[in-house]
Amino acid sequence: MQEILLIFFGAVFFNNFVLNRFLGICPFLGVSKRIETSLGMGMAVAFVMTLASIITWVLQGLVLNKLGLEYLQTITFILVIAALVQFVEMFLQKVSPTLHKALGVFLPLITTNCAILGIALLNIDFGYNLLQTIVHALGAALGFTLALILLAGIREKLEINDVPDAFAGIPIALISAGILALAFSGFVL
Amino acid sequence: MLIDILIPIVTMTALAVLFAGILAVANIAFSVEKDPRVEEILEALPGANCGACGYAGCAAFAEAVAKGEAPVNGCPVGREKVAEEICRIMGVSGEQESEAERHTARLVCQGTHEAAKTKMDYHGVQDCRAATLINGGDKTCPYGCLGLGTCVRACPFDAIQMGDDGLPDIDQELCTGCGKCVEACPKDVISMFPSSAEVMVACNSKAKGAPVLKACKVGCIACGKCVKVCPQDAISMVDNLAVIDSHKCTNCGTCIEACPTNAIVRV
Repeated sequence: MQEILLIFFGAVFFNNFVLNRFLGICPFLGVSKRIETSLGMGMAVAFVMTLASIITWVLQGLVLNKLGLEYLQTITFILVIAALVQFVEMFLQKVSPTLHKALGVFLPLITTNCAILGIALLNIDFGYNLLQTIVHALGAALGFTLALILLAGIREKLEINDVPDAFAGIPIALISAGILALAFSGFVL
Repeated sequence: MLIDILIPIVTMTALAVLFAGILAVANIAFSVEKDPRVEEILEALPGANCGACGYAGCAAFAEAVAKGEAPVNGCPVGREKVAEEICRIMGVSGEQESEAERHTARLVCQGTHEAAKTKMDYHGVQDCRAATLINGGDKTCPYGCLGLGTCVRACPFDAIQMGDDGLPDIDQELCTGCGKCVEACPKDVISMFPSSAEVMVACNSKAKGAPVLKACKVGCIACGKCVKVCPQDAISMVDNLAVIDSHKCTNCGTCIEACPTNAIVRV
């Protein structure tokens, strides 16, 4: 039990995917202008991350390891994630149009999100079992959402402030993100 | 040796085919019927996503039109041309829809370099928003147009040009009424007017008579002459500024004659 909790909180805070491992920086800057959209993106990532983790874990155990094809890990996982995102999008469109409307625009963005590939590869690297894999994915997704919402909150405040022209937009967001990452590194010490 | 190459190739191919199969099945099983007209309407729209129609972008407007919630001529940017196209797609005749009155942006200031005095030389960032931060800009009148062209840059349709007299010139034909310049102007000196309103008060000053006279030759000094002469009772004084009620105004022009500072003009 303790180990599960450690994996979970470790993924949320200490090894935060965005601020510590620097994965998924594109959506981190792209959709962190409004808290609302960043929340939607976070939910979509949580959804896909957990599903992708489970499927890639099973695939690794049942196919790649059995056939001695560990070196095909990366390309296989990319294939899985791309197909999975497409499938989830179609599935949501049919089953829950409301959810599709909320998450729909973010789903294609996740197809090539390195955070998803990162978690799938890390799960295998760390030798997690299925339960640990799921917990790790959930924690990482929560950490991703947390980082996104924190930056969105800062950027919403920045919008009404008088930022020098040269820093307006992405530069000031990058500086804020850097300071945020610095603050998160405090968890490790 | 051969088997070492074959196994990964076969595995990857099998996986790819498997996923392709799943996606193909899902495509049929989860297909959602979409109104093909939405796409067509979206094609016909200007695609500026300006939001002037009141919907969140062109896609949302196209969807609303297809559902019958929005009028076919609801796009103020595309006007008749786009409305005709959408009519064709929707299969309705354009006359059925009453034409919404066009609103365009107009500058409510006549403070040219000549007419309006300045209180300092401004050499800072050439942007009205920046100039406003420094003691309200270089014009003596705190309500007037600064003429640094923030609205020109805000206009997505190139309808605003900066004139030689230091005031932006808004092309009423090109203006689509999207309101981007109204939003961008830090002085709130651009307002939306219905096209029927030919007579307008071209001043934004809420100051009393004396300071207006000192700052500008063509400012509204709140003398109230126009209020008295208006045969329709369409003019009232709000915050030391004459306001014309466009519903009552008949564009007779009596007030233009009466105004001692020529702050009321015919467009």
